[in-house]
Formats: sequence, structure tokens, C-alpha cells
Amino acid sequence: MTKREMICVSCPIGCAITVELNDANEVVSVTGNTCPRGDKYARQECTHPERMLTSTVKVEGGRLPVVPVKSASPLPKEMLFDCMKEINKVTLTAPVRIGDTVIHDILSTGIDIIATNDVF
Amino acid sequence: MLNYDLVVVGGGPAGMAAALKAREEGVEKILILERADTLGGILEQCIHTGFGLHYFGEELSGPEYAGRFMKQVYDTDIDIKTDTMVLDISDDNTVTACNKFDGLLTIKATAIVLAMGCRERPRGALSIAGCRASGIMTAGTAQKYVNIDGYMPGKTVVILGSGDIGLIMARRMTLEGAKVKAVCELMPYSGGLTRNIVQCLEDFGIPLRLSCTVVKTHGRDRLEGVTVANVDENLKPIPGTEEYIPCDTLMLSVGLIPENELSLNAGIKLDRITNGPTVDEYRETERRGIFACGNVLQVHDLVDYVTEESQIAGEGAAKFIKGEKKTGEFISTEGTNGVRYIVPQRINRETDKDVKLYFRVGQVFKNVKLVVKCGDEVIMSRNKKKMTPGEMENVLIKLDTVKSLSGDKITVTVEEA
Repeated sequence: MTKREMICVSCPIGCAITVELNDANEVVSVTGNTCPRGDKYARQECTHPERMLTSTVKVEGGRLPVVPVKSASPLPKEMLFDCMKEINKVTLTAPVRIGDTVIHDILSTGIDIIATNDVF
Repeated sequence: MLNYDLVVVGGGPAGMAAALKAREEGVEKILILERADTLGGILEQCIHTGFGLHYFGEELSGPEYAGRFMKQVYDTDIDIKTDTMVLDISDDNTVTACNKFDGLLTIKATAIVLAMGCRERPRGALSIAGCRASGIMTAGTAQKYVNIDGYMPGKTVVILGSGDIGLIMARRMTLEGAKVKAVCELMPYSGGLTRNIVQCLEDFGIPLRLSCTVVKTHGRDRLEGVTVANVDENLKPIPGTEEYIPCDTLMLSVGLIPENELSLNAGIKLDRITNGPTVDEYRETERRGIFACGNVLQVHDLVDYVTEESQIAGEGAAKFIKGEKKTGEFISTEGTNGVRYIVPQRINRETDKDVKLYFRVGQVFKNVKLVVKCGDEVIMSRNKKKMTPGEMENVLIKLDTVKSLSGDKITVTVEEA
């Protein structure tokens, strides 16, 4: 049995939540939260934490040297640095438009990396 | 001389929302003046997500949030002049500006919206010993280097101040391969959003050192390291707690200052706490026909609130232009006992809508009561589990309530629950 402490980010209150995990890393109990959203957040954080990833990608021939990008939906947290390596390999050619797919299905996650601004 | 019904100074989220709202309310000739080469303001470099959760109900990046408003502006015949610096606003609302194409411009405006935003407190505002080595910069400057100009300003980083931009940059630099050694915060609590503490620092194991500051920078040409020290309850460094941290970059995220030189020159009165103009419920300053909104009025933590506030200013400007804006007696507002300030600072007794009071508290409060009073009369009382200086709060005063008030001052205060 292990305990994990975390701060809930579902709202500004920021409850201090304690999660008990069994040896198979399954959630046994969630305490300290003051609403159901905290319970959901804590369980997700302990089983499959996800984060949005944002970065920039090189652009040639544009008004600016880089264009901002984001993951179309949250990625598994442990894959962020591997995804950064993929993103940093890419060089685009202007024009790039907001919403363009920059990397399709990054590292077989099923999630695209898309441009979040125009670079002409 | 050009003639406009409304001139908006600044084309960031505040300026765009105000201009669009005024257009929606029937104002015909509108001009946006923007210092940078595009609309969008600081959002252009805020590539992280988290914008628009309140306003659009979805999580957008800064450029995407700005892009939605830019598209709306382009779809109207609102005139835009970019690369244009406003120099002066005269007593008769004549705006003097200049750019490369027009040279010197004079523009007669019926109403003006000030939406110039804010800038960061620089190193010079702090008393840190050391040389002017390169590698010391504000977090926002670093953000521009990385996200707009596409290069990394350093490899090993210490961040002073736990404002949101500093936290966001801690994550950004880490993702790009830099080592962020510590974020030092002078106060015993962070000035940033909880979400950012968790997702920008804890996710990457970056230590947040509270009650800690940088007392000295080392290095002559390039920064080589900083000395940090813990501070006592008077925020003075405690001798003997000094620690040397080698680093090539020091980023400062130590506060934002509304950019009000133009307002001051125009004789507009500023609030001592917000450093923004004092305004009424339509965000009209003490100069008739001049409105203010966004970070030039008060520093916001969420752009969604900037949009909301700027639409109020745009609506107010439209009412003024159409001659429908009430003048007369005001009820003043005041924050006391832990509430640092209130925006708006005054409410027209004859107003025609509900009024939301925005404020920040001066310290962390847990399980307290927020009380709104007019004289001895309690207008509203609400229990709050937690309030922090980093998160702007608001209370709504209904139109009926405003109309029924007999006193001349509304106070918002924190009391024991």
C-alpha cells in the first residue's frame, strides 16, 4: 500500500488530496477532496495522467522563424519529452495556417500536433 | 486630421473586444491603433493552452484565442493601423500618433478606449547586487525569445518570482531541454494559479522555494550564478541562509505594471493600488469619453475576464457616443480588511445594469466570509473556502440593489466565518 499526495487543479480552492494505492497501483481510496471533481482528478492522475503539450516548430520562408503548435488533445504525461523530440525534428515551409496538421498521429498516440497560428 | 467616433489604443484582446462590442452597439467609425506589427497583443507569445475556458468553453492557446477576435475584427470595416505609436491625447480627445506610412497623425475622436496593457517589472525595480551581465531578463522577454524569435536564451535557469509567466516559462524551458534549478518566491505563497504550480513545476520536479529571494548575481559578461537567501517575516534576507546556485540565466517574474504613461499625460487619475485609471461601472475614467479596460486598468490573471471587462468598456463608449450614458451622482466602492482594491471604483446611482465588482485579496484566506455592505446595511454575505492574491474574485450587485442603496459607499470586506 502506498500513499500519494496531490493538489487538485479542478478549481481555485486547490484541495490537498491523499490517494491510497494498492500494490497493483490501483486506487483504493481518495480523501481530502471536497467535491466529486477532485475524486475524478485524483484517480486520473494516479492511473493515466494526461497533459496538453504546446511548443513551436521551425518555419522556412515565413514572416517569423517558428510557428506555435499544440497537441489536438491531451497526451500521456510520460510521453511529453519523447513528443518534444519528434516536434523538434520538423521544419515547415510557409505559409502555415492555424489548424494545419503538423504531425499526424504523433508516436502512434492517435493524437495530431496542429499549428495554432498563421505564419505567412 | 482624421475623424472617428471611437479610437481604441491597443489591439490586444482588450482593444479588440472593446472595438467589436462598440461596433455591435452601432458605433460606425472605429479605429484601432496598435504599436506592434499585428493585432493580438501579448497572446501572440503565450503559446500554452488554458485560454478561453470561461468565454468559449474550450481550452485554446493564446494565438488561437487572439485569432478568433482578429477574424471578427477583419470581418468588419473597423480600421486598423499597426506599427503605430500613440504619443498624446489632448484635452479635446485629439489623438496624436505616428507610424512609418502616415508620418504624424492627428485623429479627432468622440470617445477613446485605453487598452495599452501592462509591462513587466524589470530588474532595475529590484535591488539585487551584481553586474549587468547578459542572461538576466524578464520572463516575458524570455518567452518572446523562445516562442516568437525561435531561440533559447540559456541552458541553466533560476526564476525569481512565481507569477504565472515565470511558471509557464519554467515548463517551456524544461521542455526545450534547459535545466530550471529553482523558482524563488519572496512571499510565503505563490502569486501564480494553482494549476500552473502543479503542471509547470511539480510535473517536472522543479523546486518552488517560498520566502526566498535572489540577493546577488555573479558574472560580469554572462551570468554565472546567483546567490539566494531565505527572508524573514519582514521580507528581509536572513544572514547565514545564503546559497550559491550556478546558472546562466535569471528570469524575473516579479509583477506587472499597467502601462499608463499616456493616461497620466492626459490627466487621468490613477488608483494607488491597481496603478490603473479609476473608473465607473462602464469603465469610463474621470475624463468624460475616455474609457479603459484590460491590463491597463487592472492586471488580470485570465484573458476571459479581460474580454468581459472590455466588452463593458466598448458598450460604455457606444452609449457615450450616442449620448445615452448617464452622468450624475456616484456611489464609491472600497475594499477593506484584506480586500486590496475594487474595480470599478464608482458606480453611477442611475446605472442601467447589474454591476460586477472585481477585486483581489492581500493574503491567503481560508474559510472566511466575504461581506458586501453599504453603510451598516449588509448587501451580500458569502462563505469562501479559499481566496488567494493570485486569483481575481468578483461579486455581482444586482441593478435593483444598486437602485435601492441610500448610502454613498459600498465596501467589500473579509470577515471571520
